Amino acid sequence: MNKKSFGSRLVAAPYIVWSAIFIVVPLIIMVYFALTDANGAFTLSNFAQIGKFKKAFGLSILYAVVATVITLLLSYPMAYCMTKLKVNHQRMIMLLIMLPMWMNFLIRTYSWITILANTGLINKLVTALGFEPLQLINTPGAVILGMVYDFIPYMILPIYTAMSKIDNSLLEAASDLGSNSISRIRRVIMPLSLPGVISGITMVFVPSVSTFYISQKLGGNKTLLIGDAIEYLFNTGPQYYNVASTLSLILMVMILVCTLIMNRFSDDEEAVVI
Amino acid sequence: MNKQNIIELKNIFVSFGEEKVLDGLNLEIKDKEFITLLGPSGCGKTTTLRIIAGFLDANAGDVVFEDKTINGVPSYKRQVNTIFQRYALFPHLNVYENVAFGLRVKKLKETEIKEIVTEMLHLVNLDGFEKRSIATLSGGQQQRVAIARAIANRPKVLLLDEPLAALDLKLRKDMQKELRRIQRQLGITFVFVTHDQEEALTMSDRVVVMNKGKIQQIGTPQDIYNEPENAFVADFIGESNILDGVMIDDFKAEFSGHTFECLDKGFNKNESVDVVVRPEDVDIVPADKGMLKGVVTSVDFLGVHYEIIVDIGGFKWMIQTTDECFVGDNVGLYIEPDAIHIMKKSEYSGLYGDYSTYSEEMEHLSDIEPEADDE
Repeated sequence: MNKKSFGSRLVAAPYIVWSAIFIVVPLIIMVYFALTDANGAFTLSNFAQIGKFKKAFGLSILYAVVATVITLLLSYPMAYCMTKLKVNHQRMIMLLIMLPMWMNFLIRTYSWITILANTGLINKLVTALGFEPLQLINTPGAVILGMVYDFIPYMILPIYTAMSKIDNSLLEAASDLGSNSISRIRRVIMPLSLPGVISGITMVFVPSVSTFYISQKLGGNKTLLIGDAIEYLFNTGPQYYNVASTLSLILMVMILVCTLIMNRFSDDEEAVVI
Repeated sequence: MNKQNIIELKNIFVSFGEEKVLDGLNLEIKDKEFITLLGPSGCGKTTTLRIIAGFLDANAGDVVFEDKTINGVPSYKRQVNTIFQRYALFPHLNVYENVAFGLRVKKLKETEIKEIVTEMLHLVNLDGFEKRSIATLSGGQQQRVAIARAIANRPKVLLLDEPLAALDLKLRKDMQKELRRIQRQLGITFVFVTHDQEEALTMSDRVVVMNKGKIQQIGTPQDIYNEPENAFVADFIGESNILDGVMIDDFKAEFSGHTFECLDKGFNKNESVDVVVRPEDVDIVPADKGMLKGVVTSVDFLGVHYEIIVDIGGFKWMIQTTDECFVGDNVGLYIEPDAIHIMKKSEYSGLYGDYSTYSEEMEHLSDIEPEADDE
């Protein structure tokens, strides 16, 4: 529809107001801070400082990529197996996947501490068996585990949705044309579930690359990710708002570019739209 | 075992839960013939096709392909290809890649693939469509791609599951001819499923009429039309007046209170039978010269002929004639011996009444409903 009726505009109005107040205005504020100094004068000097955060940026991207890849490797077979089950079993598993999300994200992450800590659940078991306790918490592995655990539903859901939409007659047609089950996955299921994979990757990569809480709780202070840096700067004092805003802006542009690149792989309307 | 048979179905039983879908089906399909499975919704024709394709295993019975039992052989190892009701073309591939799908699975050389795809697209009149995406094609064009994709694999048997159901009438007629041409040109066996009796009669070498999971009759279109085996077949194929009668003796049948000469024999004396008289085989004559007398209750002009309903002692006959009549006319009916067909009584006797509640629209509506998915 090119011409929107008055009614549909009216319905959209609250959303537009909401977006303006909570999305557009904060963005403008962020850009303002990024381009000014502490006195409010226009400057590009903030961008000169980001060199100091190269390592944090690099680490964030590395961790997010590793977490996204692991999540994808776990989710894809999972989603595939789910579509092979009876419908009520599919619903049951979906419920189990969603169940942890009923709990607050911070609490879920916190509970991993009690499992991974030096005197946590796993190490109690290890020492009870007569071994030396393992260093689990405050390692890169713990951070990536936290990311995978927290964000895996966002990967499974879109892939599962894309896969369950594949018409069974297409699989029958592929079989009819000589494809065995592996060839069917490669030639039909994988290409047709690609839009789901793309949105899954986006929905896991974006929160992973910008997270700060997971790395603080599970990584100790050994790993400084870009999210941690931004949070730290904002908490330290107003004099750092400008640099913190600059970092946020760069992170946002980076995510935007990544998402655009991802969307190029799939021209389907299901891909995340920005 | 008959060498001519490419496929034999032996005593096939299939049930989904409580529901019996195929009930002891036996069918022999000859090499290079065009055979049609014809029947109403839920008669088991699609299920039969799926058994042959290997998408479904029978609960009991054998599927024999070229003298080898192939029960449990998965569909990708069978030398048959299917054209699906809704085509099932791959939306992520263009026309060329859709047709090439089976060839790529077989790992043919790129030059061979190109040669075959080009040939197939030519066969279905889609030259130059290679790069088109499936979504941009019309229904008829998608249908052609589906045909090309299936026959590119040179199957020995092509299974067609109501392939023309989604096309409009004119396109449908064209595709009927087209399919027949392709079948002759390739010289392979076609097993065609339809609920459209006209389509079945026009296209097939042999027609298999099915109902309730059982075969009602197998024969050439002429056999099926002229010598229906029971009231179901007579009613399902074309229009027919089906009457209760008694076979007084060989060549002598009584119905509607009159004794007729006929060409049928071999019944017991005074055996009750079903009598079929096709509407086009009845002659309208002046009332005093008719074997039966009645009153015209309705007249429809259909172009080629009139379709009139004549009430004879309460039974409404349908008659197709080129003589003009008017509602209320007293007319006589004259029936030649060869226009009368006698059938043994069956479970279907008495189910099909006269034309007193006849409405062409209703008939048509009950015809077009496609067979429900059997899963």
